Amino acid sequence: MSIRERLSGNEATAYAMKQINPDVVAAFPITPSTEIPQYFSSYVDNGMVDTEFVAVESEHSAMSACIGAEAAGARAMTATSANGLEYMWEMVQIASSSRLPIVMALVDRAISGPLNIHCDHTDAMSVRDSGWVMLFSETNQEAYDNMIMAHRIAENKDVMLPLMVCQDGFITSHAIENIELLEDDKVKEFVGTYKPEHYLLNKNEPIAVGPMDLQPYLTEHKRQQHEAMENARRVITEVANDFEKMTGRKYDFFEGYHLEDAEYVIVCMNSTAGTVKNVVDNLRANGVKAGLLKVRVFRPFPGELIAKALEGKKAVAVLDRVPLLNGTGGPLYEDVVSSMFIENVHVPTVNYSYGIGGRDVTEEQIHKVYQDLQSMQDMKDTFRFLGLREK
Amino acid sequence: MNIDKNTPWQEMTHGGTIYDSGNAREFKTGDWRSIKPVYISEKCKQCGLCFPVCPDDAIPVGKDQLRKDFNYDYCKGCGVCAKVCPFGAIEMKEEEK
Amino acid sequence: MYNVKEVVANKPSRFTAGHRMCAGCGAPAVARMILRAVDENDHVVVSNATGCMEVSTCIYPYTAWTDSYIHTAFESASAAESGAEAAYKSLKKQGKLPEDQNTKFIVFGGDGGTYDIGIQSLSGAMERGHDMTYVCYDNGAYMNTGIQRSSATPRFADTTTSPAGSVIPGKMQPRKDLTEIMVAHHLPYVAQTAAFANFKDLYEKAEKAINTKGGKFLNVLAPCPRGWGYATEDLMLLNKLAVDTCWWPLYEVENGVYHITYKPAKKLPVEEFLKLQKRFRHLFKPGNEWMIEELQKEVDLRWNELLAKEEMTNKQ
Repeated sequence: MSIRERLSGNEATAYAMKQINPDVVAAFPITPSTEIPQYFSSYVDNGMVDTEFVAVESEHSAMSACIGAEAAGARAMTATSANGLEYMWEMVQIASSSRLPIVMALVDRAISGPLNIHCDHTDAMSVRDSGWVMLFSETNQEAYDNMIMAHRIAENKDVMLPLMVCQDGFITSHAIENIELLEDDKVKEFVGTYKPEHYLLNKNEPIAVGPMDLQPYLTEHKRQQHEAMENARRVITEVANDFEKMTGRKYDFFEGYHLEDAEYVIVCMNSTAGTVKNVVDNLRANGVKAGLLKVRVFRPFPGELIAKALEGKKAVAVLDRVPLLNGTGGPLYEDVVSSMFIENVHVPTVNYSYGIGGRDVTEEQIHKVYQDLQSMQDMKDTFRFLGLREK
Repeated sequence: MNIDKNTPWQEMTHGGTIYDSGNAREFKTGDWRSIKPVYISEKCKQCGLCFPVCPDDAIPVGKDQLRKDFNYDYCKGCGVCAKVCPFGAIEMKEEEK
Repeated sequence: MYNVKEVVANKPSRFTAGHRMCAGCGAPAVARMILRAVDENDHVVVSNATGCMEVSTCIYPYTAWTDSYIHTAFESASAAESGAEAAYKSLKKQGKLPEDQNTKFIVFGGDGGTYDIGIQSLSGAMERGHDMTYVCYDNGAYMNTGIQRSSATPRFADTTTSPAGSVIPGKMQPRKDLTEIMVAHHLPYVAQTAAFANFKDLYEKAEKAINTKGGKFLNVLAPCPRGWGYATEDLMLLNKLAVDTCWWPLYEVENGVYHITYKPAKKLPVEEFLKLQKRFRHLFKPGNEWMIEELQKEVDLRWNELLAKEEMTNKQ
């Protein structure tokens, strides 16, 4: 029997970490993810986990310590947000290129500047091509479930890549909602123990991690990383199937909400999907064939599946919770439209930048998007802003 | 590890991790040398000043605690050993081309 | 008692030949001797900051280290090692490692990776008290990238980012005293040493550091023929003069108590050390005598401070 509780996204994440009982956690506080290491430290100091908690002096050192610990043969975890992720950016790349299945909770927040501590996805998007598996979570339940599935994916020998579980800062991290937790022993059994093949603390096979990797070799090592990311697709599915057997909760690369017969579709990630679902219900009641495609697995990007799911729609809006600063489009939009191009799917698709720095995402805004889609003739003005004050 | 620049990606170690510790010994640095130290054993008093200074571990020392002749596979010809020898037991000579 | 022949004959080299450091580099002999101070039955996890030593000892698919080794980035060697050490503690505690396994944690970084870009992670790791020995091989500039000034670069030295120009004659600031910064962390053991004479000072301090529990720091002078501009074969002469002029005093601080491990019978004038090096060549031009005088004053001041600290801390 699962346990019914009421927890915030941060506490749910910390609770999952407690049940996973990693060997090492290294973290540095940053709003809005601070509560995760706070909760976790209390588990450590009250003897509820076997973990060594390393209260590092920076996020750069948090990721460095996770790399050292994971390379040493331990299961290592961390949590961060925004500038913290930016500060560890260099090490985020090194974690994946060294093929260390570190698991990180990323509580999404706007990157400075100017300084803003509230939600958008600029942090996650800045590491989108870093070789990490990236799972997004609409609710605290999904943040918890994704975390329980994380190690099985990351540590699979055909994958061996780090993984981050993203949730929305404050909106999910601090909002207390109902949640179904698993029993400790079920989590323990599901997650299993980590048995790396090669690790620093194996004194019978001393190894060297992180060499100088020159022209004859780096290309091939990057090709291996690509292969691992491809393999992750299969493993993500296998793990989700096992998870469903245990919990009855089904997870896929993306969630479709009234998607199949929809004419007008919004593509988005994380908590906004909840708002979109309400609007879809509303529109459906009024005879509008609205639908939602909520991306859960952002890396590896399920481009082919998404393109096929959008085939035959009348119009699509991709919502990027980032400012559009590159003169072409948001990262989710670019991935969706290029996947459609590759799959020969031609549906007018536009891009909205929204929810920047924690700006409220209202049902009115989402309504407006569906209205736009219904009146859209072609792909003009693909570059749009939602909830922006204008004169 | 049997990896070189012809190894296909499928057969390389992941992440560039090296499983064969100390295998740099397979990489000979002796050809860097333009001058070479010559050991004159008759002059050597086995004082022990030369071998710890060698950056390249090119002065072997036996279990008998006596130094042996140079290991030219690795000696880069820096001359530090010759300079510290108080007895003139190491002479630096031009490398024969 | 330390006997160099016994040590080299009986304890294996854990830093092999076949590395690609420059001919005559001061660092490999230092690293090798420090690792020889580890008990033969113990295993080591070395963490190495980016720098000369890293780029030339671990070039895929070769490594010159016979122990476990990790390189992550320039500024992160201490943090990565603290993660490895935390992993060791955790796995040991859980019985996931053999009971008889004894692993030591040793970090190597140059002055760039230690005094400058890595000082934050070093300070953090030391304050947290991880059981590790940090070894800085101080060659007084960023040698790996081509001799740029660091905060360890001595005053007036000519480097590629502090060239001795007609208006600004080299680096104008005194060097940072990292050893004292580490003393201020109240560590169980901090020492400054060099490859001096038969390596006794270096070996004994390494042995003490490695076998003391907690955060330990060794600052080791590592002459660089290329960066300092001296004849390659003069490595050990440079070490000797650095010590005999009190430019680089040999001392240790054990739980706050200072002990100067070598006091030269005759303290030589600092110019004896300076004159062999091209980086100080401009100090010997007519009209620049003041620069040598300034450096002598600085050396005297620091040496007298050190003598006073030794006296004071031994009285308590």
